[in-house]
Amino acid sequence: MNDVPLLQMRGIVKQFPGVRALDGIDLTVRAGEVHCLLGQNGAGKSTLIKVLAGAHQPDEGEVLWQGTPVSLPNPIAALKLGIATIYQELDLVEGLSVADNIHLGHENATGGFVHRREQVEDTRRLLARLGHPEINPGREVGRLSAAARQVVSMARALARDARLVVMDEPSAVLAHDEVENLFRLVGQLTADGVAVVYISHRLEEIRRIGDVVTVLKDGRTVATDLPARSTPTRDVVRLMTGRNVEYVFPPRRPHGAEDDQADEVLRVEGLSLAGAFRDVDLTIRAGEIVGIAGLVGSGRSEILETIYGARRRTAGRVVVAGRELGARTGTSAAVRAGLALAPEERKAQALLLDQSVTRNVSLATLTRFARVGWLDRRRESADAAEITRSLDVRPADPARAVRTLSGGNQQKVVVARWLLGSTKVLLLDEPTRGVDVGARSELYTVIRRLADSGVGVLLVSSEVPEVLGLADRVLVLREGRVVHQARAEELEESTVLDLVMEGSAA
Amino acid sequence: MSGDAVRDQPTSPAGVTPGGGAVPQEPRTAGGVGAGLRGRFANVEIRNLGLVAVLAVLLVVGTLTSDNFLTQANIENILVSSSVIGVVTVGVTLVIIGGGIDLSVGALVALASVWATTLQTQSYGALVMILCALTVGSVAGLVNGVLIAYGNLVPFIVTLAMLVSARGLAARLAQNRTQIVTDQTIISIASSDFLGIPVLIWILAVVVALGWILLNRTTFGRRTIAIGGNAEAARLAGIDVRRTTVLLYVISGLCCGIAAVMIMSRTTTGSSTHGELYELDAIAAAIIGGTLLAGGRGTIIGSLLGVLVFTTITNIFILNNLATETQNIAKGVIIIAAVLLQRRATRTRTT
Repeated sequence: MNDVPLLQMRGIVKQFPGVRALDGIDLTVRAGEVHCLLGQNGAGKSTLIKVLAGAHQPDEGEVLWQGTPVSLPNPIAALKLGIATIYQELDLVEGLSVADNIHLGHENATGGFVHRREQVEDTRRLLARLGHPEINPGREVGRLSAAARQVVSMARALARDARLVVMDEPSAVLAHDEVENLFRLVGQLTADGVAVVYISHRLEEIRRIGDVVTVLKDGRTVATDLPARSTPTRDVVRLMTGRNVEYVFPPRRPHGAEDDQADEVLRVEGLSLAGAFRDVDLTIRAGEIVGIAGLVGSGRSEILETIYGARRRTAGRVVVAGRELGARTGTSAAVRAGLALAPEERKAQALLLDQSVTRNVSLATLTRFARVGWLDRRRESADAAEITRSLDVRPADPARAVRTLSGGNQQKVVVARWLLGSTKVLLLDEPTRGVDVGARSELYTVIRRLADSGVGVLLVSSEVPEVLGLADRVLVLREGRVVHQARAEELEESTVLDLVMEGSAA
Repeated sequence: MSGDAVRDQPTSPAGVTPGGGAVPQEPRTAGGVGAGLRGRFANVEIRNLGLVAVLAVLLVVGTLTSDNFLTQANIENILVSSSVIGVVTVGVTLVIIGGGIDLSVGALVALASVWATTLQTQSYGALVMILCALTVGSVAGLVNGVLIAYGNLVPFIVTLAMLVSARGLAARLAQNRTQIVTDQTIISIASSDFLGIPVLIWILAVVVALGWILLNRTTFGRRTIAIGGNAEAARLAGIDVRRTTVLLYVISGLCCGIAAVMIMSRTTTGSSTHGELYELDAIAAAIIGGTLLAGGRGTIIGSLLGVLVFTTITNIFILNNLATETQNIAKGVIIIAAVLLQRRATRTRTT
């Protein structure tokens, strides 16, 4: 092996408004190795690979490629150097064939006419090299399985002579047996001298295929060049946890006997959604915050959306404040029963960005302001103004378009929407994603106050400290099943991480 | 683009209060101009400023090129010519704001006019003829809406199919003949006045007013805007997206039924060739009136102005004895010009 590493990143800093996403990252990758990146959500992995892909520009630090300083002003520059990134949502064109996708952007052509036969031959060779000769180069990518698409993405990286392939949680979209194929592919790549940067939350995978591990925390490299196979799990988890949590959680009321007497606002029994999760049981009492901890792809969001009726469950019962919701009832019936959802993708799933704060707040409760369909807009404005003032939405201008608000204030608008109605259970999916540190504490206070007023809250978050700090009770989810349940005070961050990553309590 | 770190940054700051003016505040930058126009309708008007300018230019051109342009008779003439397509445009505007499209409107006008003027229907008298036209339009709209909302089909395809088959059905019913209206009550609609203003203009005014109220003052209108703007957000907010969508197409069909009665009265015929290309005229009017083709934004007043612009152009061309071919070219240019002007107006407002 050559002495000069393929890639060196030194002191990389990336500052976003309100957040220092990368705070001095060092990373050294050698040719032919599988380099695993570990870290909790928000540790900076995604930002780091975006810097590497040329999608983000670092504010400080330098990148050396085979010993020479380089700049990566855009994704094309990164590709030209030989850095290929395979994102979780694969960036393939579904309507084009396998061969066309692999050659997209660097077609083998004369005067604009593609040499189809050569491309097909070329594709066949690449796929054979990856051990997948069964994939037909002429087949439309949209008709391939997730695993086959991943093979195509890798063939594309090879076709561009990539020397470094970055894979962002590649196993998250795959079924169990397909993961084996993935491992073989990674083996193929490294045998050819290609380096792989592999991001995964699953320690067992890292042990199987990784060579070395780098651990990130709070935008910094806390450990690097750990041997992937022999470093004890306990050490890895210890490195990842104990983050400097800069936000403050509101105090819980001490758990007392009367809490067990409180009305049950939500009961879920044997809830299942084919392909996502199975047999989930949970109950929430008035005033209680229940948290769900789990990895991306463990079925967290799907559980909330299925309870809410936005997805049609395949089995199970949902009872809201004593009233059962039928399996075929949609979201309108759920809202009438007292359910409320603040979805994961705030902008795509919750907000009308060009509309005013008032209109966004009143959206779910329009009938409250109406008589036979006629809107009482004065009352609408007054109520919306009052509720946004009580949540301290800033700037305090209900006429402002929601698009112009910060992430934290947008989230407050989504929560405010449900405070106007007779919400009994609030389902919160990643309430602090994209919210800066200052606004987080405020949101936590809002959520706790809501619970204290008698609302039951079901909280999903990728950030374990958030679940532990905010919830009264925690369910740990792994691959669509609840594997552990406990009061939040009784759980350690490292225990939860162990459970979600390996399924066995430390 | 590099440095997309600032994706959350404001792109369109305050002042862009959404249509209808749910808010008791005047928009800041353009407030002065808007307030001068029509008080509390200000917000609506500002968005249509570009179009008002186009209309003003047309009025000046008309006045300069023809002595007969600025007469009461001619203005009335323009409004009457706008009435039928205007009614259709109100329905189409609502559908587009709700995130859909209705290509079948012209064909529905034809079908309703034919169905209401068969010998059989005419034998029952004016009231039944009117009810028949309204019912045919609404039911066809209901079919559109159900296929789109509950059949999960693309609006473009469904209403295109309806366009073709409704015209086919109309031609079959009429056996390819033009049916003469003999009922005097129907015929008299187009020739009557009320308070000195032709009844057809009154009908247009009432439909526009009802459309405006529906969009700006009712929960239905608010839901329509929400569905067009972000259907997933609307669904997750507990709005019955499908029911609202069906209703939108029924309203559009109903407008076609009303338009059919008007056209029956004006031409004293029912024919499978009535309302040809109305779908394009209505969509064009809505778009130049500021309605977003993608949905979620638009105004009834803007659409009305759009219709007026088109009929005024036609009127000027006829007064000046110019060929209709040139007129169509001018219409195309106006569409692009109006949309460009609007975009500039929006930009300056947001900087």
